[in-house]
Amino acid sequence: MRNRLGITLAAIAVITLVAGWLNLPSDVADPFGWKENVYYHQGLDLQGGLQVVLEARPPEGQEVTDEMLDGTRDTVERRVSGLGVSEPLIQTRGDDQIIVELPGVGDPETAVQVIAQTALLEIIDPQGEFLPEGTIVNTTAGMAEDHIIETEIEEDPQAVPDQDQPVYETIVTGADLTDAYPQQDEVGQMVVGFELDSDAAQTFHDFTSANVGQPMSVVLDKEVISTATIRSAISNRGQISGPPRDEVYNLVAQLQAGSLAVPLEVVQSRTVGPTLGQESIDASLTAGAVGLALVVLFMIVYYRLPGVLSVLALAVYGLIILAMFRSIPVVLTLAGLAGVILSIGMAVDANILIFSRLREELRMGHSLTRSIEEGFNRAWPSIRDSNIATMITCVILYWFGEYVGASIIQGFALTLFIGVAVSMFSAITVTRSFLRLALTSPALRTEWWLGMELPDEQVEQKQGAPGDD
Amino acid sequence: MLDLVKNRYLWFLLSLAIILPGMISLAANGLQLGIDFTGGTLWEIEVQEGTSSNEIQSVVEAHGFTGARVQESDDNQMLIRMDEMQQGSPEKAELESALESQIGSFTELQLQAVGPTLGTEIRNRAGIAILLASIGVLLYIAYAFRKTQNPFLYGSCAIIAMLHDVALVVGVFSILGWIANVEVDALFVTAILTIIGFSVHDTIVVFDRVRENLVLRAGDKFEDIVNYSIVQTIPRSINTTITTLFTLLALYLFGGATIQFFILALIIGIVAGTYSSIFNAAQVLVAWENQEIQDFFRRLFGWPQSHEMPDEEEEEDEYEAEAPAR
Repeated sequence: MRNRLGITLAAIAVITLVAGWLNLPSDVADPFGWKENVYYHQGLDLQGGLQVVLEARPPEGQEVTDEMLDGTRDTVERRVSGLGVSEPLIQTRGDDQIIVELPGVGDPETAVQVIAQTALLEIIDPQGEFLPEGTIVNTTAGMAEDHIIETEIEEDPQAVPDQDQPVYETIVTGADLTDAYPQQDEVGQMVVGFELDSDAAQTFHDFTSANVGQPMSVVLDKEVISTATIRSAISNRGQISGPPRDEVYNLVAQLQAGSLAVPLEVVQSRTVGPTLGQESIDASLTAGAVGLALVVLFMIVYYRLPGVLSVLALAVYGLIILAMFRSIPVVLTLAGLAGVILSIGMAVDANILIFSRLREELRMGHSLTRSIEEGFNRAWPSIRDSNIATMITCVILYWFGEYVGASIIQGFALTLFIGVAVSMFSAITVTRSFLRLALTSPALRTEWWLGMELPDEQVEQKQGAPGDD
Repeated sequence: MLDLVKNRYLWFLLSLAIILPGMISLAANGLQLGIDFTGGTLWEIEVQEGTSSNEIQSVVEAHGFTGARVQESDDNQMLIRMDEMQQGSPEKAELESALESQIGSFTELQLQAVGPTLGTEIRNRAGIAILLASIGVLLYIAYAFRKTQNPFLYGSCAIIAMLHDVALVVGVFSILGWIANVEVDALFVTAILTIIGFSVHDTIVVFDRVRENLVLRAGDKFEDIVNYSIVQTIPRSINTTITTLFTLLALYLFGGATIQFFILALIIGIVAGTYSSIFNAAQVLVAWENQEIQDFFRRLFGWPQSHEMPDEEEEEDEYEAEAPAR
């Protein structure tokens, strides 16, 4: 019995030390680099950032296939990598959606534009016409109305040409590019330089040499961005002028990543500025500290020694869940922090159940040792069943959260789930071991320390003595 | 000993009286659905000292967002509710430059934009989630109480207590939506699901005592066993609620405006959950075991009675008088 208590206490000590070590900053006491990825992963609502849900809008009569969606996701991923965000998250959802999370992104507006634009680049033969910028055209690569998503059409339906209007021949597209980069032209203006693969270079050379002195238009997403006169034959290198300076870089990023396989529409966007995030963290920390202090005070005043021990167990619990959040990792959100603070209440609940049982057992005249064991054993089914019920709802909440704002609600479900699971360990094993250890000291086996009435003759009874009946 | 079972119809009536106003409001006004469910945009910006919400309102409306509502959420912070305007959209760029020329430069604190179809999807998911949670809990309780005579009865009573708690919270938020324009959003659904978990948590603790006492006090009358079990668990119920309320009140007071209504929903739900676990859940168990519920429905639909009824007029009050079949 003594020995088993020793082993349990040693195990608790090891777990606490490991958890404590994981809670130290990543670069402290880490000679082997094991803690490289162990840190708090803050959700968008805490550190600020952008989350967008994009929905595929295929041309009429066309279905979104899995390959198409995966390909589009890969393109989005490549574009995002050009934005310099440290921990982006890009995933598909359902049949036709892509979720992009960009924590800490500085310019959410541009980020959305870079990600969501189809960026189908075409160089077309305008058939001698000098097409003005902004003209929307049909090309052999696709009709304008199939390409431009409905919401954009709504703004200016007249601008979109129907089938009767000319269909211009596409000479090369963005897919023929081997490289794209920003550069300056002769007059010092920022332009997009590009290189073509050998097949396209041949086609382009044939076209330009046959049309010297004629206009040629560059079209992005069916909208003419520049029209220029062909001065001489061009083969594998060219420049696109027209877009303003700041858009040059975005276009380069898009051309490098390739155009989207299917047009995307933004159906949901959540942006949180960094100041609001910091305010939320500060507020949660204050609330957590105040709440915790009240709980600690209540437990100690009401339950005395068992209360103190349960507060110590709560500290172990806190170290463990925080270490888990850092290492799993769990993305912490505002709701998630509420989940953590709430789970403190759950952790304490298990101890309250046990201590209430303990008092009842003592009142029935059982010895202290026996009462403690009975208190734990009898409270266990309640704790298990009620906590499993909470965990079931957490699992469903997690599933629901996926359809709302991925990490925002899932964070709450996950932190509450982990909190409840760990609380069963801390409230049962940790508190019981602490209580057994503390009660080896006769000085603590008193009515005052326990805050409960003890039958006189049992106060001095040695631990491990036979039960009373 | 305190007898909480005997006056069960009084407790049921009390619950009904508290829930009823909310249900009436729900029937009459429904809930104020936030953008998560209806689609739309919530845009919070920090503006320069002295900017009025009317100025912003007129600019926003001039750009086609009729029905936009602007309110000052904090010092120099404006919360704009409007039709869908996505991040990075041309409409937003236009509106921003127009606003800047009117009120000077401003900072975007947050922008939440949800498309209308997605809103419907979220609403459906919320309904399914609540249904699934109920079924999951029902099945688990039936499993945990499989050794009792009627395992599904325990599950059903837990679900009734849970519906009680959820109805109260939804009702209060319907009233709040009506008098204070409080909107329900995805966080509210989160709160409801959490309340479901908590409610069942509380109820199970009482039922677990009943389960245990059915063995320890075999031979006693069922309602005495139930009453004994409830009384035994009261200290725990109250202490747990107190500690949980400590943390929730701290969150409510210091946790920031974003989650304030989320926390309020939890506070109401937890108090309701404690009440229903002490005064309702196990009492429904007794009402069922005593055939009172079955008799009510038999009488409602004119089915034959299971046993002779006292000669009284068919009114709800009568149950109170007739309740304990001693």
